[in-house]
Amino acid sequence: MFYLIAEQALNGLQYGLMLFLLAAGLTLVFGIMDLINLAHGSLYMIGAFVAAALYQAIGLFLPSLLLAIVLTALIGLILERVLYYRLQRMSHLSQVLATFALILIANETIKILFGAQPLMISMPASLSGAVELVEDELYYPAYRLVIIAVGLAVALGLYGLVNRTRLGMWMRAGASNPEMAAVMGVRIRPMFTFVFVLGAALCALAGALLGPLLAVSIGMGESILIPAFEVIVIGGIGSIRGALVGALLVGMIDTVGKLLLTIGLRAVVDPATASTLGPTMASLLVSLLMVAVLYFRPTGLFPARG
Amino acid sequence: MNGLSFAAAHPGHTPLTDGLPGPWTAIAVAIALTLYPLVINALGEPFYLNLGARVLVFALAASALNLALGYGGMISLGHAAFFGVGGYAVAVMGQQGWLAAWMSFPVAIVLAAGTACLIGLVSLRTRGVYFIMITLAFAQVFFYLAISLPQFGGDDGLPLRVRSLLPGLSLADPMAMYYFVLFVAGLAFVLLYRLVASRFGRALVAIRENERRMAAIGYPVYRLKLMAFTLSGGLCGLAGALLANVNNGVTPHMLTWHQSGLLIVMVILGGSGYFWGGLGGAAIFLLLEEVLSERTEHWNLFLGLLLLFIVLAAPNGVMSLRGRLRRRAQAAKEGAPAA
Repeated sequence: MFYLIAEQALNGLQYGLMLFLLAAGLTLVFGIMDLINLAHGSLYMIGAFVAAALYQAIGLFLPSLLLAIVLTALIGLILERVLYYRLQRMSHLSQVLATFALILIANETIKILFGAQPLMISMPASLSGAVELVEDELYYPAYRLVIIAVGLAVALGLYGLVNRTRLGMWMRAGASNPEMAAVMGVRIRPMFTFVFVLGAALCALAGALLGPLLAVSIGMGESILIPAFEVIVIGGIGSIRGALVGALLVGMIDTVGKLLLTIGLRAVVDPATASTLGPTMASLLVSLLMVAVLYFRPTGLFPARG
Repeated sequence: MNGLSFAAAHPGHTPLTDGLPGPWTAIAVAIALTLYPLVINALGEPFYLNLGARVLVFALAASALNLALGYGGMISLGHAAFFGVGGYAVAVMGQQGWLAAWMSFPVAIVLAAGTACLIGLVSLRTRGVYFIMITLAFAQVFFYLAISLPQFGGDDGLPLRVRSLLPGLSLADPMAMYYFVLFVAGLAFVLLYRLVASRFGRALVAIRENERRMAAIGYPVYRLKLMAFTLSGGLCGLAGALLANVNNGVTPHMLTWHQSGLLIVMVILGGSGYFWGGLGGAAIFLLLEEVLSERTEHWNLFLGLLLLFIVLAAPNGVMSLRGRLRRRAQAAKEGAPAA
């Protein structure tokens, strides 16, 4: 029983860290550029599709992952230069409509290029085994452990970038007050581009890593968009630390909550009902968490804007 | 970061006079919508009657959202909840055999308005994006309830085998259904017009423009916003009740965040804060969808490109173009260069 929960906690950690990769980009773009980007999930989908297609074509996991990140970052760069800098001067509502249109365009383009069927890829053979964490009791897939390690490394790297470098200082200044930062000599335009491209690269990383675990399919961007937004709102918009805390909270509640609720419900209702009711109740719990956080802290846990 | 400020988007004139339609537009719209089924029948395309009814239902829902979003500045991503509550109310009552419209429709409206009031009570404490997300969270709660409770039909939703009963009119006939929707939506539009033209409506617009100043003058800002949100939810519930009839049932899809997003897209497309914004947006979106999906398999691509073009060409919605053209004509008349 304990090890069952421990395994789900690791799954929660893994899901939370992947959510963090998306939420970090989203919160920076939102906090620093003041831009609502609904198409953030589409970049994740594009990254996943490019990585999966490359992996199917060349059979090497790491090169296709890196190539997918570069290509998605390039798409991000083009989008930022052509469209987003224009959207930035418009109202939030126009941004919502424009990026909604981008979702439609991205989904349909992917459908034309890769077909409507989801791409199924297997994980690299060297990582497909399980690791024995506790003797005889807890085996955990090596691939998921790698994902956790990559997620932690990126979180640490981002933390260092934002809190320890000059660029990070500019980014924090931009998040807290962009006009003031510009007046004080921060070159806002190139920084915006950098932030957006960074966000796109993180999306691609998450998409490429999750590819072997999920079906790489067309709706995947939208289904992760809402949890990602929930994460950044719980954490406070513009805050990397908030995004990490929010992502881990949401990830844990979603996976561990699912297990505990299903077990708990079995005591009350029959097992079949419990196993369908548990997951929905866990999703409901995430929504309720957000409501509770916003009720007591109307700008999230770690508000960045001063 | 007031992304909604009308004054910022329209330099040089006051927002308080905008968003009110002239009587001639209303008369023209009413005549066009009344004649629509006769034209459709003459062309022998009865399928388009159902499309017309759907456009009207979504026009009503989008206009209800427009009251909160466009006039009140409250960007709600949770209106699917009210839409769904209205629809499910009619469907659940239908299952129990309570089919009379005079009973189920008021119940749908009151339940949706009550839901909106409760959600607004909590949500209106937050601002901006946080408001968007908290309304979304509440709507998700309703979605999860609908799919997990067997009484609400789970994933399949509930069918409405017999449409709501009216004395002297059978809604089974598509023509009757269309005119019933038109009549109800028409009443709602009159109510909405009276609301936005009243002192209450003007105060609401003023709150959107400058909440702090309105509070300082002594307006009960929170209460006015809550009232607007509640009314908006109630009207959205009415639209849901109508949709349950038009579609012969409800599905959990009515409660998804896609639905809320779609309503927002319709409002922005038409023009948020413009009286005909909801109708214009719903009509343009649904007709484009219909026309494009008939012609090409990849209609989503073209729909996306068209929407993108519209945002860049008319950032404040299609309805804002009229004022822009009028101002340009006036400027030309006065011999000044067009603004």
